[in-house]
Amino acid sequence: MTSLIDVENLTLKFRTDEGLITAVDNVSFSLNKGEVMGLVGESGSGKSVTAKSLMHLNARNAVYTPESKITLHTDTGPVDVLSLKKPSEMQVVRGGAISMIFQEPMASFAPAITIGSQMVEQLMLHSDMSKAKAKEISVEMLDRVGISDPSKRFDQYAFELSGGMRQRAMIAMALSTKPKLLIADEPTTALDVTIQAQVIDLMKDLVDEFHMGIIFITHDLGVIAQTADKVCVMYLGKLIEEGPVREVIRNPKHPYTQGLLAALPRLDDLDSPLTPVPGDIPSPLERPSGCVFHTRCPQIIGDVCRRDLPTDTKVDPTHRVACHLHSAKEAQG
Amino acid sequence: MSTPLIKADNLTVGYNIGKSLLSKQVLKAVNGVSLEIEKGSFFGLVGESGSGKTTLGRALLKAAPITGGGAFYDDGEVRYDLTSLQGAQLKDYRKRAQLIFQDPYAALSPRMTVRDIIAEPLEVMGLTKTRAETDERVREIAAKCRLNLEHLRRFPHAFSGGQRQRISIARALVSGPQFVVADESVAALDVSIQADVLNLLKQIQRDMGLTFLFISHDLSVVAHTCDHVAVMYLGRLVETAPTRKLFEAPRHPYTKALFSAIPSLDPDDRGRAQKLTGEIPSPTNQPSGCKFHTRCPHAIDLCKSQEPTLEHVGDQHEVSCHRWRELIEVPA
Repeated sequence: MTSLIDVENLTLKFRTDEGLITAVDNVSFSLNKGEVMGLVGESGSGKSVTAKSLMHLNARNAVYTPESKITLHTDTGPVDVLSLKKPSEMQVVRGGAISMIFQEPMASFAPAITIGSQMVEQLMLHSDMSKAKAKEISVEMLDRVGISDPSKRFDQYAFELSGGMRQRAMIAMALSTKPKLLIADEPTTALDVTIQAQVIDLMKDLVDEFHMGIIFITHDLGVIAQTADKVCVMYLGKLIEEGPVREVIRNPKHPYTQGLLAALPRLDDLDSPLTPVPGDIPSPLERPSGCVFHTRCPQIIGDVCRRDLPTDTKVDPTHRVACHLHSAKEAQG
Repeated sequence: MSTPLIKADNLTVGYNIGKSLLSKQVLKAVNGVSLEIEKGSFFGLVGESGSGKTTLGRALLKAAPITGGGAFYDDGEVRYDLTSLQGAQLKDYRKRAQLIFQDPYAALSPRMTVRDIIAEPLEVMGLTKTRAETDERVREIAAKCRLNLEHLRRFPHAFSGGQRQRISIARALVSGPQFVVADESVAALDVSIQADVLNLLKQIQRDMGLTFLFISHDLSVVAHTCDHVAVMYLGRLVETAPTRKLFEAPRHPYTKALFSAIPSLDPDDRGRAQKLTGEIPSPTNQPSGCKFHTRCPHAIDLCKSQEPTLEHVGDQHEVSCHRWRELIEVPA
């Protein structure tokens, strides 16, 4: 398998009136071509910010540390994403090699421009095709994502489409430039379960067909179980567990991942009580010392959790976890 | 069986949407719904967006216009006919029936302290006479919702989603209501917090003997909290049953489809479930016959021409489908 994108030691802080706020803290992962990665975490865990840095798309007050490195492997060679400065250079990445789908499709389309002209505009921006050819491809893509009567929809505005239809159009638009990597930020959260199931099926088909990498950001572990090959779990800007989807869901190692799974209402056992993860996610202004999860951790082992940052421990070659419970075990064994 | 607290009888909520006098068109958001909510129960209402579940909830709070049928409230002390409720009686009903909103970020005024937010209903309704009395009521309800005195002095921006939702709950309960409508009250929360708020709602409901109408699109949440569930589609009630029965033996094809659409946590279970095609039709242009026939995998000619009515299936279990008997053995 060849690597598509490598993220190394990504640390990102935002400059604000209250000082520097750490949003992402020393995160490293890589994604192979054709692989689907699920990125899970609560609001405020830094999952969207991480995904946006892959396109160098964060707000102006974002500060990357010098150690942070993101390498995108394109057909013409590796690109160091964070070193890109000019908008013209970034176009290679934004919408070219990487496309993004957002949570709220209504907010992602310009309301006063037809769906079709938005699709044509971005196709012409990223390639030197003619307008007629761009229209042909756009209609074809709308048809491919299951929109009925695509040539009519092409001339409609976003408000004329239903929520599920809009998200399909969004996917069509994101894929029409044939990106190497698709970032889907909570693409099904705003949709009904029945429509969510349809969109998930569609995305699975498209992965097989276009053979691109996908980063699927969601807080719904059910959606992850249905789509992803591997999972990264984030908490307060830290990547705390990474592994193949079956491993992480059936055999979670980090107390937070275990807590997330236990908090899910299960349909196969209506009598089991709902067990929340105790406490609330701390404010990013008051990041806990040591392990960031220690303030809510039910399995805290002592001062070591409050004082020392846990390091990554490999529980098997593809499954790693950052928790003192496991680093202690490894030291003993 | 105890007397129902809320009873809807062929309840219809319609809105006039015709542009001119000649083309008068009525959009029926809720269409002939009959149901009974027993006192002290946790009643779940599920359906996709556009199914009319929120409108039904609001109509039962007298916050949406009831254009047909009737709705009644009876808590033993007073009995109100919601269609004709007005004046002093309506004011009294507002104390007895309250709403918890979906989005705790939008529901709280950023310029008021938490104490003022929770105290506002008491002041507006004139339930307390002195400030000391108000403070006591606020503290009492805040403690029930696990908010401490320190929290009361702060502004909403200092709180996380789960805490904000607890503030919303405290405000809804401070007037001492009997009937509470919780409209998607955990939908905006993270999974780890959602369970906490659900447990709190259940505990409060048991401790204070309240009756909840819990509106949600998330079946797994409903399964864990509600005693009785009603499923809505395009303004119609399609199935209603005690929770356990509904989840063990759903009868309506739509209910079955909703269940199978829930993403399974088992990574080896991918794509096994049969998915519903298409989307919920527009309420202004409703299908003939059974409203669900355009998406139903089992629709026959009868479904297109004649609308089914609710039929008795078992104990408190009713379904509105022509073919439910034939489809018992057919999985979703």
